[in-house]
Amino acid sequence: MEIVTSILAGLLFATGIYNLLQKQLLRIVIGTTLISHGAHLFILTMGELKRGLPPVLTDGITEYSDPLPQALILTSIVISFGTTSLLLVLAYRTAKENNTDNMGQLRGTENE
Amino acid sequence: MSNLAVLPIILPLLFGIILALTHNRIPLSRFLTKTFTIINLGVVSYITFRVFNQGTITLETGGWEAPYGIVIVADSLAMLLVLTTNIIAVACAFYAPHSLSERQEKYYFYPFFLLLITGVSGAFLTGDLFNLFVFFEVLLMASYGLIVLGGDKVQLRESIKYVIINLFSSMLFVTAVAFLYSVVGTINMAQIAERVQEVEQQGILTTIAILFFFVFATKAALFPLYYWMPKSYIVPNPVVSALFGALLTKVGIYSILRMFSLIFIHNIDFTHPLFIWIAGLSLIFGVIGSISTNNVKLIVAYNIIPAVGFLIMGIGVFNEDALSGTIYYLVHDMFIKAVLFLIVGVIVYVAGTSDLRKMNGLINYYPLLGWLLFISAFVLAGIPPFSGFIGKLLLLKGALSVDEVIIVLIALISSLLILYSIMKIFINGFWGEKQESDNIKLKSTKGFMGPIVFLLEFSVMLGIGAEFVYPPIASISEYLLNPELYIDSVLKE
Repeated sequence: MEIVTSILAGLLFATGIYNLLQKQLLRIVIGTTLISHGAHLFILTMGELKRGLPPVLTDGITEYSDPLPQALILTSIVISFGTTSLLLVLAYRTAKENNTDNMGQLRGTENE
Repeated sequence: MSNLAVLPIILPLLFGIILALTHNRIPLSRFLTKTFTIINLGVVSYITFRVFNQGTITLETGGWEAPYGIVIVADSLAMLLVLTTNIIAVACAFYAPHSLSERQEKYYFYPFFLLLITGVSGAFLTGDLFNLFVFFEVLLMASYGLIVLGGDKVQLRESIKYVIINLFSSMLFVTAVAFLYSVVGTINMAQIAERVQEVEQQGILTTIAILFFFVFATKAALFPLYYWMPKSYIVPNPVVSALFGALLTKVGIYSILRMFSLIFIHNIDFTHPLFIWIAGLSLIFGVIGSISTNNVKLIVAYNIIPAVGFLIMGIGVFNEDALSGTIYYLVHDMFIKAVLFLIVGVIVYVAGTSDLRKMNGLINYYPLLGWLLFISAFVLAGIPPFSGFIGKLLLLKGALSVDEVIIVLIALISSLLILYSIMKIFINGFWGEKQESDNIKLKSTKGFMGPIVFLLEFSVMLGIGAEFVYPPIASISEYLLNPELYIDSVLKE
């Protein structure tokens, strides 16, 4: 199972990076989202998948899944959620002020 | 009394929240920020004094024992850097009201500023790897707010690049933490160090080490990963540039220093020569950048790259002299980069342009500014009485004792070129005849000078008072060479 999710995380990284290298601003934002999905899936995989029941204390159960990666993912999700929403607003403003959403045209001159 | 360790994080956070409530009342915000940063500096100075006298303060948050809860470790290295951060924060708090527009002040500059200090102090103090990631995000989030504050065309354009590169490297950080967790099964730094020692750093751990190095090198703007830095550091307000230049890249360097002096120390034949190569290339490319441009802001921004090159060179050499040199240079560079960005901010303000070819004879109108730039160029390049000299001397001594002659030559030549790049501003911008005909409008630089002199004073004292400063720094480097001290103070065996 870990092999499958690792490959899936790898695919998410690959598509994310492909999108990150595009010129259209919105594609780049989508690329970053895909990469963060890949990273989160990867943390879950690295903590070993499904060793037992959900980590909620119940009588008579000794095998639980590792709760630490889940806490890490939850933290990381809200952080990337915050950054992504900022990035979306920033992309909107940038495209509006500079009249282009093409990264190739978002270059500056020497002195400004 | 172990609660002292968390104060450098809690206080700016609390003050930042208070300032968010008063953002509409600018005079009150200004007054509160100045008071808060001074209170902070007082508290941090006391804690630093205590740490240097009585040893590391470890705080187990929530009362959970060390590997299970988050620990805050206020050791001598972290406290020295937190103290430096807070001194710079005081200077920036006094500089900010003069350089910011009213609109920028109103739209939450001060809360962002204090949250940036929170994030930086947290990153220095934490003893937990994932918590380090969270504090990185705290400081990055605040820096996103600061870099785009004002919303000019240029700012928006450069900040989107800044946000994307940092988002990407943060995600790599998370991935690296996941890798390390799967190998050692913990995220407490002391326990990771212990377990890495037990399994004797096999191939996979060296791979993870390089992955971490890649992440922190992106934050620290080292050689192949610095391309995002110069442009995005010059677009915001000068006071924001000063904060970024002084603090953000240095947090990356601190993390590398921590990781490679505490955790990944068992396969240094592979990792450390790599650092020296990267240091050499950073030095070369950084100075090429800084002498190639005529934009005064860009000259200073490019000068960050050789500085982190020097620091990584000390980590690569990894003996006692080189490490004390690194720490000395780290503190020195935090001060002097802040000073230079603040001075350049004033130059651009009085000259009305950042193009060096359009400035001339400024010394006739602003003598104090000119001489301050002159002194800071000397401090930066490492002319003997000043602080850059001792840091570089120790670094070069350390490098020579392990026969790294090439890097020493590169370092010396690049020091010369660093001096040239700053002197270029002085010669072209400040020298020259007073032009009788033109009606240059004199602008008052009154408020700007205080903070600059305040910071430069520390920088100069660091050089002149080396007898006084060197022993504690040497003790820190000894401490870094014995990671057991850190592990014992956290895990309490």
